[in-house]
Amino acid sequence: MRVGLAQIRPHLGRVDINVELHREMIHRAREEQVDLLIFPELSLTGYNLLDLTYEMAMDPFSPEIQRLAQEAGEMDLVIGFIEHSPEHILYNSAAYLTAGNLHYLHRKVYLPTYGMFDEGRYVGQGQVIRSFPTRFGQFGMLICEDFWHLSAPYLLAQDGAHLIIVPSNSPGQDLTGPELRAQESWYSLLKNYALLSGTYLLFANRVGTEDGITFYGGSAVVDPFGKIEKKAGLFKEALLVVDIDMEKVKKARFQMPLLRDENLDLTIRELNRIKRKRTGEGTW
Amino acid sequence: MQMIEEMLEQAPYLRLNEELATTLLTTALREEVNKAGFNKVIIGLSGGIDSALSLYLAVKAFGPENVVAVRMPYKTSSPASLEDAQAAIDGTGVESITIDITPQIDAYFEQFPEATPLRRGNKMARERMTILYDLSAAYDALVVGTSNRTEILLGYGTQYGDTASAINPIGDLYKTQVRQLSAYLNVPEQIITKAPSADLWEAQTDESELGFSYFDVDRLLYFMIDQRYTLDQLRALGFEDDFIERVSKRIIRNQYKRTMPIILKTGTRTVGMDFRYLRDWGL
Repeated sequence: MRVGLAQIRPHLGRVDINVELHREMIHRAREEQVDLLIFPELSLTGYNLLDLTYEMAMDPFSPEIQRLAQEAGEMDLVIGFIEHSPEHILYNSAAYLTAGNLHYLHRKVYLPTYGMFDEGRYVGQGQVIRSFPTRFGQFGMLICEDFWHLSAPYLLAQDGAHLIIVPSNSPGQDLTGPELRAQESWYSLLKNYALLSGTYLLFANRVGTEDGITFYGGSAVVDPFGKIEKKAGLFKEALLVVDIDMEKVKKARFQMPLLRDENLDLTIRELNRIKRKRTGEGTW
Repeated sequence: MQMIEEMLEQAPYLRLNEELATTLLTTALREEVNKAGFNKVIIGLSGGIDSALSLYLAVKAFGPENVVAVRMPYKTSSPASLEDAQAAIDGTGVESITIDITPQIDAYFEQFPEATPLRRGNKMARERMTILYDLSAAYDALVVGTSNRTEILLGYGTQYGDTASAINPIGDLYKTQVRQLSAYLNVPEQIITKAPSADLWEAQTDESELGFSYFDVDRLLYFMIDQRYTLDQLRALGFEDDFIERVSKRIIRNQYKRTMPIILKTGTRTVGMDFRYLRDWGL
């Protein structure tokens, strides 16, 4: 299976231009016979939308998304956008498109609303973390901050995911280390989670600057042994193409049967107890 | 450079990854300027280290042919400032313009002979700003800022004067980091080693006016702002109460210089309150 990570530089609030960026990448990826092409978080709109969130929101069946799905042909596609739900709630969502159709939708659950981030002011919290079947196997999706919550990749691995797609908009800050601090943390999370869950991780991060905040790129494919197979450069647009071997998931899980030995009953029992304790119900 | 190396050894937490900082700053500067529809930038060059660093970064981002340096001396400006600015112009090969602001400043203050040095200094800073913005239109070049993080936090600048720009590549760098990056980018040594000065009157230096050194205040600001240390924790690091208080008062008192003018809310979508868009809207 050949995956492509489209490290693009979206224009803030310009779906028209961003659709073109997607089309260019789709054409390049098709030439390289990519099976699954992944765009970063909010790839159709740009990141720090503020009040533009309302204007950018679209139905997952909107013509822009449909057309991109068509253009992808045989290739599967993940794109990021602001979703306008039937209940008129806006979500930071990622759509998995296959054979020209919407196949699965993940709504970002954990919305960073601290420091330089203000997502919770504009979008609603997703309520579901689930794996889903694809023609390549069982996958999961987590959007950026979702991945910083231990429970998110844990749930997906427990739910059968062999591969987790992580569309992101990670900005750079702190230039005092050998690498950007966020980049260091991200690679460390990716390597550790891949190892602990025995899954492939595909980190698709954007580049470009919005009002002085610079997204660094560095998109990466991490194998189920926790090794970075390939990564894109910093600050520049790129199409990172990697052949991945799903057999490695089996090898990793045979070598370290962490998933087999995980005690789900214990975890659920203890979590239920903790929940009762926190809400002051019953005895603990 | 020995002096900078010694400072960074004492305060390793201020040490920038020079290569990474240069790449990020030049890439972001280029993108922000280009997507606003410009290929050129213009910078007021005082002869000091801050504007020299902005110039060197801009030249790295756009090439010398797309950067214009403007020197705007007043009759009391030190001749050394003009020479140091020239060294930066020669070092980068950019086009330069020199405009003596003495006639308009003196014409104005003829009406106010009693004006304090502070008023005169602020007037000069704002005069330079209007020149830069006028030449910005003439050259189709965006104004690049030259205020560093230390002076922005301390409010050591003139509102709508030297603090005004379209984009500021060095505004998140402490003075010590400005020195480090300047040395890395080969800014002429005489500019790096001389005492920082607003050059508003003879023998003025920033550090004597502020009452503390940039290196000391950078260390304090790092713990106070970046690390959110409490008063007790700052004392434990050996910072004097009086120093902490003076700096903290300056930061609070000068918050107005870091914000847009206050708008009195009467409507339902007030600019800056509940009408929120980035400047890069649609770019």
